[in-house]
Amino acid sequence: MTKHEALDLAKAKIAGGVATDQKHDSAHKHVTGEAVYIDDMGEPAGTLHACLGLAQVAHATIRSMDLSAVRAAPGVIDVLTGSDVPGVNDISPAGLHDEPVLAEGKVQFFGQPIFAVIAETREAARRACRLAKVDYAEEPALIDLADAGPSGKLVTKPLTLKRGNAAEAIAAAPRRIKAQMRVGGQDHFYLEGQIAFAIPGEDSDVTVYSSTQHPSEVQHMVAHALGVASHAVTVEVRRMGGGFGGKETQGNQFAAIAAIAAKRLNRPVKIRPDRDDDMTATGKRHDFLIDYEVGFDDDGNILGVDFTYAARCGFSADLSGPVTDRALFHCDNAYFYPAVQATSVPLYTNTVSNTAFRGFGGPQGMVGAERIIDEVALALGKDPLEIRKRNFYGTETRNVTPYHQTVEDNVAGRVVAELEESAAYARRRREIDAFNANSAIVKRGLALTPVKFGISFTATHFNQAGALVHVYTDGSVHLNHGGTEMGQGLYVKVAQVVAEEFQIDIDQVKITATTTGKVPNTSATAASSGSDLNGMAAQNGARQIKSRLVDFAAEHFEVPKDQIVFLPGRVRVGNQEIPFAELIRKAYMARVQLSAAGFYKTPKIHWDRDKGQGRPFYYFAYGAACAEVSVDTLTGEYMVERVDILHETGRSLNRAIDIGQIEGGFIQGMGWLTTEELVWDGKGRLATHAPSTYKIPLASDRPKIFNVTLADWAENTEPTVHRSKAVGEPPLMLGMSVLHALSDAVASVAEHKACPRLDTPATPERVLMAVERMRAGMAAGRT
Amino acid sequence: MKTRNELRFLLNGQAVALADVRPDETLLDFLRIKRRLIGTKEGCAEGDCGACTVLVGRLQDGRLAYESVNACIRFLGSLDGCHVVTVEHLKRADGGLHPVQQALVDHHGSQCGFCTPGFVMSLYALWMRDAQPSDQAIEKALQGNLCRCTGYEPIVRAARAISSYGDASADPLAAERDAVIASLAAMKDGARVEIGTGRERLVVPASADDLAMVLEVEPQATIVAGATDVGLWVTKFMRDIAPAVFIGGLDALHAISEENGVINIGAGVSYTEAFGHLSARIPPLGALIDRIGGEQVRNMGTVGGNIANGSPIGDTPPPLIALGATLTLRKGTVRRTMPLEDFFIDYGKQDRAAGEFVEAVHVPVPDRATRFAVWKISKRRDEDITAVLGAFNIAIADGVVTGARIAYGGMAATPKRPKAVEAALVGQAWTLETIEQALAAFETDFTPISDARATADYRMLAAKNLLRRFFLEGVEGHVPLQVSRYEAA
Repeated sequence: MTKHEALDLAKAKIAGGVATDQKHDSAHKHVTGEAVYIDDMGEPAGTLHACLGLAQVAHATIRSMDLSAVRAAPGVIDVLTGSDVPGVNDISPAGLHDEPVLAEGKVQFFGQPIFAVIAETREAARRACRLAKVDYAEEPALIDLADAGPSGKLVTKPLTLKRGNAAEAIAAAPRRIKAQMRVGGQDHFYLEGQIAFAIPGEDSDVTVYSSTQHPSEVQHMVAHALGVASHAVTVEVRRMGGGFGGKETQGNQFAAIAAIAAKRLNRPVKIRPDRDDDMTATGKRHDFLIDYEVGFDDDGNILGVDFTYAARCGFSADLSGPVTDRALFHCDNAYFYPAVQATSVPLYTNTVSNTAFRGFGGPQGMVGAERIIDEVALALGKDPLEIRKRNFYGTETRNVTPYHQTVEDNVAGRVVAELEESAAYARRRREIDAFNANSAIVKRGLALTPVKFGISFTATHFNQAGALVHVYTDGSVHLNHGGTEMGQGLYVKVAQVVAEEFQIDIDQVKITATTTGKVPNTSATAASSGSDLNGMAAQNGARQIKSRLVDFAAEHFEVPKDQIVFLPGRVRVGNQEIPFAELIRKAYMARVQLSAAGFYKTPKIHWDRDKGQGRPFYYFAYGAACAEVSVDTLTGEYMVERVDILHETGRSLNRAIDIGQIEGGFIQGMGWLTTEELVWDGKGRLATHAPSTYKIPLASDRPKIFNVTLADWAENTEPTVHRSKAVGEPPLMLGMSVLHALSDAVASVAEHKACPRLDTPATPERVLMAVERMRAGMAAGRT
Repeated sequence: MKTRNELRFLLNGQAVALADVRPDETLLDFLRIKRRLIGTKEGCAEGDCGACTVLVGRLQDGRLAYESVNACIRFLGSLDGCHVVTVEHLKRADGGLHPVQQALVDHHGSQCGFCTPGFVMSLYALWMRDAQPSDQAIEKALQGNLCRCTGYEPIVRAARAISSYGDASADPLAAERDAVIASLAAMKDGARVEIGTGRERLVVPASADDLAMVLEVEPQATIVAGATDVGLWVTKFMRDIAPAVFIGGLDALHAISEENGVINIGAGVSYTEAFGHLSARIPPLGALIDRIGGEQVRNMGTVGGNIANGSPIGDTPPPLIALGATLTLRKGTVRRTMPLEDFFIDYGKQDRAAGEFVEAVHVPVPDRATRFAVWKISKRRDEDITAVLGAFNIAIADGVVTGARIAYGGMAATPKRPKAVEAALVGQAWTLETIEQALAAFETDFTPISDARATADYRMLAAKNLLRRFFLEGVEGHVPLQVSRYEAA
């Protein structure tokens, strides 16, 4: 609104408050190409470009490294090795000192950065990198999970969750099944790769523009590597071109290199690895080997469960501790286990250090739970949905998780019942059976799977957030908070909250880049917590200012405080209504502070890892998906025919944004479980390091029919920001419905009498091989 | 011979003349680094993600047609006489959004936004030629664009709605079309373009005959047609390609014609250009072309290049071999023609002499006595590299196999005919028993490898099952034998 525009003092509603379908704040800039990502920023004169030299073996001692040809290459200004790190050559986010910026002496995975070239142009740096002569004394490498073995070396302390006596319960159960499942990893494939751009300042100062979900950690790591105080380092990020967890810790390395080079050479330095280096040298979703044993009765009641979740963590801990913990936290998905034991095995391997990825181990945990459901159902000749419903958590009883938190907000049953009805599950089950009876080659499959996902960082102290709110004298608002924007719509949601609080139109709220200089000591924008934490912090900041305004107005206009009400664009003070901007001007003249630092910490949560008990989660988010697929049993090729989703996000802050998260999360989860396959060759080199070989879903992989519905009755039982719920991660796990529909189609080959034990990703190859196993089993009379 | 020492093209609304261009300089780096046109993004530098999608317009027979291309693997040398359109050119003079852009905004089609300019350009190219596209057409146009955030659903919703935001007459490219045609026509001076020497050298021949002359003088030159392969030599492997000879603009090589039941495809014919003729005359080939690369790659990549680079996983050689295609190679004024299958000698080795170039491929249209099919199997259905590809051209008379030409990709170091399998079929009754007996011969013909795309076991099994599928498809019945995304046309 311009200064001269007449104010509408009677309007009933602000534009862009909460519970409106605001467009992404940058949408108009996305479509025109005007949204600035870090590589798009203007480069100051003298900007240099860095490229990482990557190890070409998986495990070795470096006998010698001859970098003379690299240094002599055209355009090269400098070459850095580990010994050039002025502070500590370590960026371990776990504080375990197990992750060098540049490896010295020892190589622990193929692709590990061992030097960095700084050159006049990016191309010169890339070309020079390939001229290094490194003499490696190779050592045996642990590449696959199976190589590392269940008693292998660990990168961090394992966890066991235990309730009741699982071994006894299983032993006493009428039926038992014991088997193993392999769950593949996943590359984030953010479209904007990793990037950092460091600009040296005075003294020991440096500003780093980093594509990171965690500016505070980048700040700390850069300070650590430079050997300077945190106050010398400012980290800023306006937006990322996708993160998905891949920029929670993985940006540290690039930021550290850029900052070290920038300070050393006193010139701006940018580093943007190419896609192949990015995929080779940065961590991914952990792949798991899940050993499971379940005891159950003839009705399909699960009596006891024993899980071992072994994860390929790579050469360092990174976030593998909390990731493998969260796998265990979700080994129940939505099911009550009367007796349970679940153990994590965070294995050391000579591969890139795996990291956060949307769901953070939770998806892998849940996949184990759903496999058990399929096993039980197929062993009993029952529909898996019947087994699912039979084993759901209760509300008053049967409501304690393996980590001894009571589930207080269970709506899994309602969500599933409504979806079962709206997706016409029973009718389609009959139709599919009839179809399959008449179709020898193409088989259809159907599955309805639930999701219950725990919301909060399991490390309790991360559940805090800050915001900075300024109101300028014209009534416009500058909003800043610790959350980062990676496409998920966090910025617009928080702006909606602030607009709602002040009752001003959202275009009066300026969304600004996340920077460690404005809001300090922030947590990663992760764990689906972005709007829960930052929305509350910003609301708190706005309320502080409002409270001062009310105090001021009460005194100035001599009216009781309860007669001061913020209306759309205006404030009612007693009998009169004055424009918001006018009140602000008056408050300024009266020397009222119009800026506030908001803060929030999540209540109620606590977690004792040593005991395996507590309330790690503030609440749970629920959803369910019903998928139908068709499978070609000659080739394993398949098609997703239809998917119906019912998901609940509490009282949504922005339904359009939430639906976008659900649609996108589902497709990403489906990709993880179907076509996205990471393959390491015999030398431990990642063979799938670019989109030519690593296949994320395309538009033509979408379900042919795709119905996404938000539960309109939902609200958070906890007092979250406007009673909304987190939505970032939970929908990813709706993709499990496709895996189980594929499994169902494969099982039809053997009359649904054996579990196909379809490992993931369920590529056409794995599907066909599962079909072959089913057929061989039938032929052998084993059912 | 008239020569010129600068490249000329149009970039959005500006004429560009470049005398200092390296042969391996990509359009993307030129746009982003030299021109600061930062709306075009680099996502993969290999033509797979589409974040760098721009439009290239080219005059052909006086007509101006725009195609989406990947700027990351498009060399500047291939742009002489072209009009390059980037996302920055779409916004209206009054600052308003283009219908494609507005539709994406209104349907929440962007989240992180990094892929978005590429989607805008792909959808723009689609909308220009098809204002009311079917979902199939939308998905086809987006096969070369990856989005990691939205799951594509809102983008497809936007694509369906574009025309409700305005028609093509309001489009900036429509308004300036005549001026662009005039500018591009004026650039066509019939000259050979030669820039630089040694490792800096690039040549754009004036004609096919000129190409033959250039290659006689510089037989070691890298021939660049669509650059969908050569582009990666540069962006991924940083190989020197100089001297590079750019043949994509040679009209004579873009010819496609049919004579006496044989389709002649010039070496410069792109997949997109070939699609129309081939899908009408040999429908299974049309369906296959739809699954090669993404739209941008199909607009750039050529059938001739797919043959000439000799990849064992090129998608067109197996079906063309099965159809009995022949290949014309030219050196200077001397031409020779050979059966296509003889061109592939071994992995990375083809029967092409220095200075020789593939001029055309000749594809016999199968007659009524034979049945032809080709199927590609890949991890992801679209825009993926083949794991196994099987092509079958089998003649049956009175229930007996009278001829069998079968060829596979992905099963050996070259596209290869399974001669033992063919022998096991010819002369036999066309029955399931014959098929089952012939399957054993696959072990004689092939020893496939395991790699990131598939294991040897899967390749072997899938290859056999494609022959089973071919047989079953010939059997009357209404039960589906394949999964399908679209209702049969």
